[in-house]
Amino acid sequence: MSEKMKGKNKLRALKAAFPHTLPIMAGFLFLGFAYGVYMNVSGFSVWYPMIMSLTIFGGSLEFVAVSMLLSPFAPVQTLIMAFIIQARHLFYGISMLDRYKGTGLKKLYLIFGLCDETFSINFTADIPEGIDKGDFMFFVTLLHQIYWFTGATLGGLMGSHLPFDTAGLDFVMIAMFTVIFLDSLLREKKHISSLTGLVTALAALKIFGADNFMVPTMICVLTVLTLFRKPIERSLEE
Amino acid sequence: MTLTQQIITIAMCVLGTASTRFIPFLLFREDRPTPEYIKYLGKALPAAVFGILWVYSLKNVSLTEGYRGLPELIAIIATAGLHLWKRQMLISIAGGTVCYMLLVQVVFR
Repeated sequence: MSEKMKGKNKLRALKAAFPHTLPIMAGFLFLGFAYGVYMNVSGFSVWYPMIMSLTIFGGSLEFVAVSMLLSPFAPVQTLIMAFIIQARHLFYGISMLDRYKGTGLKKLYLIFGLCDETFSINFTADIPEGIDKGDFMFFVTLLHQIYWFTGATLGGLMGSHLPFDTAGLDFVMIAMFTVIFLDSLLREKKHISSLTGLVTALAALKIFGADNFMVPTMICVLTVLTLFRKPIERSLEE
Repeated sequence: MTLTQQIITIAMCVLGTASTRFIPFLLFREDRPTPEYIKYLGKALPAAVFGILWVYSLKNVSLTEGYRGLPELIAIIATAGLHLWKRQMLISIAGGTVCYMLLVQVVFR
């Protein structure tokens, strides 16, 4: 294939990927901005949100990292905390083993950028015929990170709220996860796996609270999926 | 914290995050067959994960204070309703978000 053709195919993949990232554009610009403002008012220069949004690229941890940076130096504790907060990515990786297969060098960036939103879009998107799936997923990931970085940088620079009333804009992420969950329910014939996730997460949220419920949820879901492998496997094949 | 300590702290966050993302791919590499159990998890987990992520996105909604999650509930019903009707992801998300913004800016002030 000529260089020109390659470039054309990449552009087509970018064009196919872009509409899928629009809700996240709204969400990430807004939340990234909020994060940048938070860093700014916590006394950090714009370099911090810029570098952290490029290197960590994980919203919830970046917010927590602000208080880590303001506390006494504790690298081991920071590493453990980071791992626990981000542990849900382990599930994304296991789910993406197959979809990220054969994407070559791009795979490194696909894995590096595997956040909640990237996983949700790359796992569920119907990639159009004739578009390279590696390119498509690469651009989804890249666009997401560009949105997050742009929001964080602007927030860090401006350090105050936007000139119009944005109250409630953060609902865009809730709306997105609602739609993705609903689609997943509609796709399934039986809802054992969905309901396991939903009920376990709700129960764990009630018991452990908003800051600590994800790891117990993951352990519980793994246990249920392992114990009931036979019936769940059958329901997946039907 | 000194600048060096700050850099190490951020590096620990990067390392913690990257390891949760890379570990599955390092354990189960392309060039070796993936164990059947892991393949099964790869198929069964996503639906559960989408349920978990939905709860995760709602974790900071308080049911005991303010409007007790009522604006969120209405906007979620609007989002889901739009989606069942039109099946257009962007319309459902935009419509639900506009609905929520109107609710918190005009109705539930």
